[in-house]
Amino acid sequence: MAEFEPTIVAFVCNWCTYTAADLAGTSRLSYPKPVRLIRVMCTGMVDPQYILKALLEGADAVLVSGCHPGDCHYINGNFKARRRIRLLKEILSQFGFEPERLRLTWIGASDGIQFAEVMREMVSQVKAIGPCTASRLAA
Amino acid sequence: MSLVRKLAIDRQDILGTVQGFLRSILTLEDIAVVLAPRRLAEKSVVMPALITQPDCLSDADPLAPAFFLNAAQMMSRLTRRPSGQKIAVVLRPCEIRAFIELVKFKQGALEDVLIIGLDCLGAYPNTVYRRFAAADPDGSTLRFFFAALSGVSETVEGMELASACRVCEHPFPEGADIAIGFMGISPLDYLLVQGQTPKADAYLAQVKLEPVAIPAGRGDAVASRVSSRVQARDAMISRTHEATGTPEKLAAYLTGCINCYNCRNACPICYCRECVFCTDVFDHEPFQYLQKAGRSGSLKLPADTVLYHLTRLVHMSTSCVGCGQCSNACPNDIPVMELFRATARYSQKAFEYEPGRSVAEPPPMSVFKEHEFADVVGLKGKT
Ligand code: SF4
Ligand code: SF4
Ligand code: FES
Repeated sequence: MAEFEPTIVAFVCNWCTYTAADLAGTSRLSYPKPVRLIRVMCTGMVDPQYILKALLEGADAVLVSGCHPGDCHYINGNFKARRRIRLLKEILSQFGFEPERLRLTWIGASDGIQFAEVMREMVSQVKAIGPCTASRLAA
Repeated sequence: MSLVRKLAIDRQDILGTVQGFLRSILTLEDIAVVLAPRRLAEKSVVMPALITQPDCLSDADPLAPAFFLNAAQMMSRLTRRPSGQKIAVVLRPCEIRAFIELVKFKQGALEDVLIIGLDCLGAYPNTVYRRFAAADPDGSTLRFFFAALSGVSETVEGMELASACRVCEHPFPEGADIAIGFMGISPLDYLLVQGQTPKADAYLAQVKLEPVAIPAGRGDAVASRVSSRVQARDAMISRTHEATGTPEKLAAYLTGCINCYNCRNACPICYCRECVFCTDVFDHEPFQYLQKAGRSGSLKLPADTVLYHLTRLVHMSTSCVGCGQCSNACPNDIPVMELFRATARYSQKAFEYEPGRSVAEPPPMSVFKEHEFADVVGLKGKT
């Protein structure tokens, strides 16, 4: 059997983590391939429904990553995101979704190295817990 | 916030006495209308009605074990914009709490409203109520009243109360302006009328009722009812977690869901004016269904039931008041109240939020702090 390659959907803020991911790419820092980047204008616009849909449609884990406190271009989108992720984690955990399947990080535009590191760490954590079965539910 | 009055029972007629009290409220100078449950021409149905004629209050029946809808939704319609008139409204405790949530979502206002609440003995699911009331609609209310008041059981005349009521730990109208009590006193003599807000006291001062002290047994009656309900609630929550603790179990729990959205329509908390599930976001292309079926080998239709319920939980679980109207409305008897309350318990705990407790407490998703939930950010072992 081929080794399980987790699919990770990452909602990344245009102003910071997206740039960091770009930087990681241009500096040829390797980060795992099965990461689908979705660029958003701010983590404050990541509707919890996007996250739920990703997890129910084949993602093994979801990352939401935005600007550090004080750096959000829309002042406080990252703080709003933090509350929403807190709520989602509470709800998902009750239905047996492991905490590793949803992550929030703050990665600045120049943190290419950190981005690559976070991705590698996430992939290895998700490999350890195995695939998310929610996309194969018959409902 | 302190007027306590005695509402003497008139000729052993408890319901008539409550109607009389509502009549005295309706005849007050600045109250234009009373919104109260009313037994309608089809006698085994009790629905909220706007009553302006004091005579019509003789069909008002706030003690009937009927709960056809959560009237907080109606209060939202009536107070979304000022009408220039004052409404007195009789609500169940869970309706009061739902209305307070809607006020916080700016879908209603308390200014021109006088809320009258009663101790709540619970209600039957709609279908059960119609059977219960069928033979003798007029007498059914008091039959229920005395049976439910004396019994510890949550089954009256062989019929079970709504599951939501059996696990409700808020059977007292804490958020009402005026609270009418009968638990822990002798309701054949009098009912307890308490002003719980300055607004209430201003009105109560105009109604001719004698002052009374809160009887000694009242506190114990309140405490013992609440504690047995809390136990029932916690047992229900663990059963529900057991039944839904994995994505597979959750999907199985929801197998019968036909995505009719009745539970959403009946829910007083589901506040979006346009529901995302009714937009073309969920108008999938035919090939997408086939693709999904291919992934699991079989796909139940309608699809998206798990996504729908999880999304709804994100929207309403921090404010769910446990009224049970969702279960009441489900055509396929999915125990959705249990699912929603079990989840709500933890969503609410996470933000130390209790829906309906106070208008001054902002709903968790409407605010944030700079320094909070540090453990949510970063990967395991790092921040
Ligand atoms: S989810 Fe159900 S129990 Fe909770 S407020 Fe809505 S209708 Fe009432
Ligand atoms: S009322 Fe019942 S069938 Fe309809 S959407 Fe809700 S859970 Fe599904
Ligand atoms: S702009 Fe980056 S998180 Fe708001």
